Amino acid sequence: MNFDLFDDKGCPLDQQRFTWRELVQKPISKLDDDAFTRVRVILMNGVETDALRFKHIAARRNRELRIPLADIRRAEQHQATFVNWLLPADQSPVETTIAYEQVAIEITSSVAQNEPDDYLAQAYRFGLLEDFDHLYRYSALLDRLEGKDANNITQGYTDIIPGRPTADEHRAAEDDVREHYPRDAAPVTKINAMLITAAEYQTHDYYMNIGPLFADPVARQLYAEIASIEEQHVTQYGSLINPDETWLEHWLLHEAMEVYAYWSCMEQEQNPRIKAIWERFVDYELGHFHAVADLMRVIERRDPRELFPNGIANRIEFKSHRDFVQKVLAEEVDLRAKGTRYVARDQESEATLAYRRQMNSQGSPSSIVAAGYRWGPGTELARKVVSL
Amino acid sequence: MDNATQIGMNKTGAQMSPFQTPDMEDTAERLQPRAAIATAQGLDGDGGIARVRMEYIAEADPLGTVPPPGTLRGMVQTGIAKLTGKNPEVLIDKLGERLAYERTGVRLYDAFIAKCQDQRGAETSFSVDELLRVRDDEAEHFKLLNEALLSLGADPTAQTPCADASGVMSLGILQVLTDPRTTLAQGLGALLTTELTDSASWELLVKLAEQSGQRELAQRFSAALATEQEHLSLVRVWHEREVLAQGT
Repeated sequence: MNFDLFDDKGCPLDQQRFTWRELVQKPISKLDDDAFTRVRVILMNGVETDALRFKHIAARRNRELRIPLADIRRAEQHQATFVNWLLPADQSPVETTIAYEQVAIEITSSVAQNEPDDYLAQAYRFGLLEDFDHLYRYSALLDRLEGKDANNITQGYTDIIPGRPTADEHRAAEDDVREHYPRDAAPVTKINAMLITAAEYQTHDYYMNIGPLFADPVARQLYAEIASIEEQHVTQYGSLINPDETWLEHWLLHEAMEVYAYWSCMEQEQNPRIKAIWERFVDYELGHFHAVADLMRVIERRDPRELFPNGIANRIEFKSHRDFVQKVLAEEVDLRAKGTRYVARDQESEATLAYRRQMNSQGSPSSIVAAGYRWGPGTELARKVVSL
Repeated sequence: MDNATQIGMNKTGAQMSPFQTPDMEDTAERLQPRAAIATAQGLDGDGGIARVRMEYIAEADPLGTVPPPGTLRGMVQTGIAKLTGKNPEVLIDKLGERLAYERTGVRLYDAFIAKCQDQRGAETSFSVDELLRVRDDEAEHFKLLNEALLSLGADPTAQTPCADASGVMSLGILQVLTDPRTTLAQGLGALLTTELTDSASWELLVKLAEQSGQRELAQRFSAALATEQEHLSLVRVWHEREVLAQGT
């Protein structure tokens, strides 16, 4: 089913109003809400914070767009608050981290399967196996630090086993930059790249913020290590985006991505209270989209429809992609990256090997944390009385 | 790491700024209009804070619910249906809480044992072997609770609402125990908090089991309570000795 952005004008910007009381809603339930409700909340916060980020950078480079950017950005700020504050306070930072990695795995899996461009689909599968390994490492940390079971968060949707080992994910910067999509790529290709970049950027920033809040040195090291990989992922996914797009073109595509993401959430949300939020924000984002479309017509004298000739095909599938992940793991776990290509393990660049040797030279936090770790229901302690 | 309490350049107190502090008080007195703050928008001291909190409490949902037994057959055969008392889910919730607490307790002791192993030959009032014994007792209690929940047809891997709340409480304890900078006495203070809660909670669990008609469980829990009371005595003594040894 193709989604048509031009069907509905949405809610005009001047009617997108909030109060402080309204921004702070009842949170979702960590125990009773479906894991994918939490996945949607985290994803949409990532989308909104990327909307803020882009609009700030754009404002630095586009004098005449500064006021419209600030106007729409104000709504995005409050939408971001509204959405992110739905996360409940009884999730420990590591538990929320587990949820973040579940977002990365399941959303990247969905995107990898609906991506029509083979090269970009490979990029998503490559990053997927790395985030998959992060879930395993953080699950070991949650078990060995807090004595908790990561599956209380992932609810049986996502396997907890090693992926491409985190210790092997450290690459020289030149081996994280990929080819970008062409200007005439399908709209869903452009949207996918922005969506996953947004999600990874959010994850990176989250780990950078909470890493120093841990007293435990092993936790501090693990977050330092994985935050560095997330920066690599932001570089990889961000490089898929065509740098020749005009600022307005990119802005319009970004708003389209936001509409598409909220629409995907709305279609599949099981919690009626939260579904109503997604519905409201589909309307708000349509309002933003059409405001930017008008700017494009006036400033660039372009028809925005030229960017979306057939609407947007497929939605984000919020469901378990266990079979897909296992298939990719079996076939591609030994892939590595060199420049813009994906290569066999023994073909990595000397720059990457030297960088990895250096970073791991005083020990590998991800290896230490998860040494001998095998997930089982109820934590490691449920299998046997573990003696030191 | 040096475990002794030391005098040094702690800058947090007002007395550390003998000139700036009176300046600040004077500035606050001169430039902060008392009346305006008290009456702006109907605020009255910290009454406004309580009002906002009460609004949210009135509309809040609980943390979550206790999951139903895994199978209907499990319900009938294993004991949920045999539980007496009005609300059998209360026992399940508290069993889940204790299980989570004991499981986290093992990790808390792991963290403290690591702290003790860097003593560079310093004398302590307890040995690592004693700590390992307490830690292994916690693991045994976890197993006991695991079996208890299974015997009632409940899922021991579920996080019950009270387990969730107890997990939040434990985070502060965990931060103290895993911080390389905290002393043995500070670590023991954190463990003392844990053991005090543990003892009181096992006492309650014994009563709850009896009230629910689970005599055999109540007996097993009484044995666990006795062990926990030993832990509490030990940790209390260790803590006292560590602190008093520094004071002499």
